[in-house]
Amino acid sequence: MYKWIHQFGSPKYFYDISLHLSKWVTIVCIVCFIGGLYGGLVLAPADYQQGDSFRIIYVHVPAAWMSLFIYVILATSGAISLIWHIKITDIIARVSAPIGASFTFLALSTGAIWGKPMWGTYWVWDARLTSELILLFLYLGYIALQSAFDDKRIAARAGAILALIGIINIPIIHYSVEWWSTLHQGPTITKLDKPSIHLTMLIPLILMVIAFKTFYIAIALIKTRSEILKYECNSSWVKKILGN
Amino acid sequence: MSLNNFFAMGGYAAYVWSAYGISFIVLFLNIFLAVRNERKTIDELKKRLGSNNK
Amino acid sequence: MSEYINIFNVILKRDLMLAFRDKTDFINSLIFFIIVITLFPLTFGTKSTIVNEIIPGMIWISALLATCLSLETIFRSDFEDGSIEQLTLSRYPLTLLVSAKIFAHWITFGMPLIIISLLMGILLSLSNEIIIALFITLILGTPILSLLGSVMVALTIGLRGGMLLNLLILPLSMPVLIFSTVAIQNAALNQSIIAETYFLAGILVLAITLAPLATAAALRIRLS
Repeated sequence: MYKWIHQFGSPKYFYDISLHLSKWVTIVCIVCFIGGLYGGLVLAPADYQQGDSFRIIYVHVPAAWMSLFIYVILATSGAISLIWHIKITDIIARVSAPIGASFTFLALSTGAIWGKPMWGTYWVWDARLTSELILLFLYLGYIALQSAFDDKRIAARAGAILALIGIINIPIIHYSVEWWSTLHQGPTITKLDKPSIHLTMLIPLILMVIAFKTFYIAIALIKTRSEILKYECNSSWVKKILGN
Repeated sequence: MSLNNFFAMGGYAAYVWSAYGISFIVLFLNIFLAVRNERKTIDELKKRLGSNNK
Repeated sequence: MSEYINIFNVILKRDLMLAFRDKTDFINSLIFFIIVITLFPLTFGTKSTIVNEIIPGMIWISALLATCLSLETIFRSDFEDGSIEQLTLSRYPLTLLVSAKIFAHWITFGMPLIIISLLMGILLSLSNEIIIALFITLILGTPILSLLGSVMVALTIGLRGGMLLNLLILPLSMPVLIFSTVAIQNAALNQSIIAETYFLAGILVLAITLAPLATAAALRIRLS
């Protein structure tokens, strides 16, 4: 395990693997994306309550899931780099944060657009929307902290502490907001929570979730590779790659 | 199902298509920035490498 | 063990003495707190219904903002004169030393803040239930803010721009704000505030356990 982590953490090894990985991830992403879009926009029948507006779910839900998932990535890679001082996880955390913030923004904006026909207003102080908004603030704080340091290594480790505190806080934030919103406006009508989601609706959703996840991996790999090149620009293998 | 029906989205066209539009813009920006950053890095490093060799 | 208690007391005394000698920072943020609270009746009027509904929440928001202003003083002077490096090099656990400093901050800032808010509450003629709820939530909440804030201060001290600190603290302190204001609203309706109190106490216990560790780790990273 220990040896594996260090091998995986070696920039050259990671660079080589990520080139292979990138190809496959991109293919899976494109296939799932096209399949999910076709299934979601064309094949899936209109919802009997929400009509065609429910089709927003196919971008909204994957984005919302990814926003949380990437925050978990920030925290875990932060923990790894605090414990083992591995460069790769520093880089992964740094390049993931803006992607996560963009997904959070996406989840919020599509949620607001969806809210207009469903709730009649763009914004309701619903527990999920509110905690998603706070999550966006957490991302922005993380990015701001990272960019305040000149030394990338210190920035990564400071960010790691912030992300770990954030990840402990997220359940508390979510619970507090839920507590508060039930007190304020009564449980919101969540028509989307109907457990009986039809298979023709569910399969495109799963495809889109896979597509978003692989999209994130693909982008993170590209960004990580260029950061590795910057870090290791004096080593011989980088010169060899650039020489070709 | 006709193409017109498809684009009308049962009367929800404005909402559905704007949501998808925003998604594509965000996803595209992610790709664009990542690729541009990669190219810039490689160009810069190549330039630096070239000037070192001379 | 008694050695650790001793060193805790030494640091605590030192910080209290320093704060007492250079009062301006704490006093200024407390004055800021009072001024902000007086702004609210001036803006919203003094009808008793409005006062009872709005003021307790506003006292909490002002407390949060004033805490943000005062937090930097936990480590600023130590960071400037380099004594923080001495602390990290000492043979005692940094976590312990840092806890003493956080406690000192709460004594010099949190306690006066609680007393002032109670006085303001009485002056603004809030009902007794609300004042009691305000007292309970503040006494549980202000230490959480000091603890959470100390980590963020350790992360950001010495960086350009003071806004970053507020940007980091405010989202993380929202649960405290929410539970406190919900408790106060419940108290205004003569309902039980036990559940919220337990939650705040739980968060406080969590913060007491983890925040000094995180602060110590952050300081070590900053000084590495």
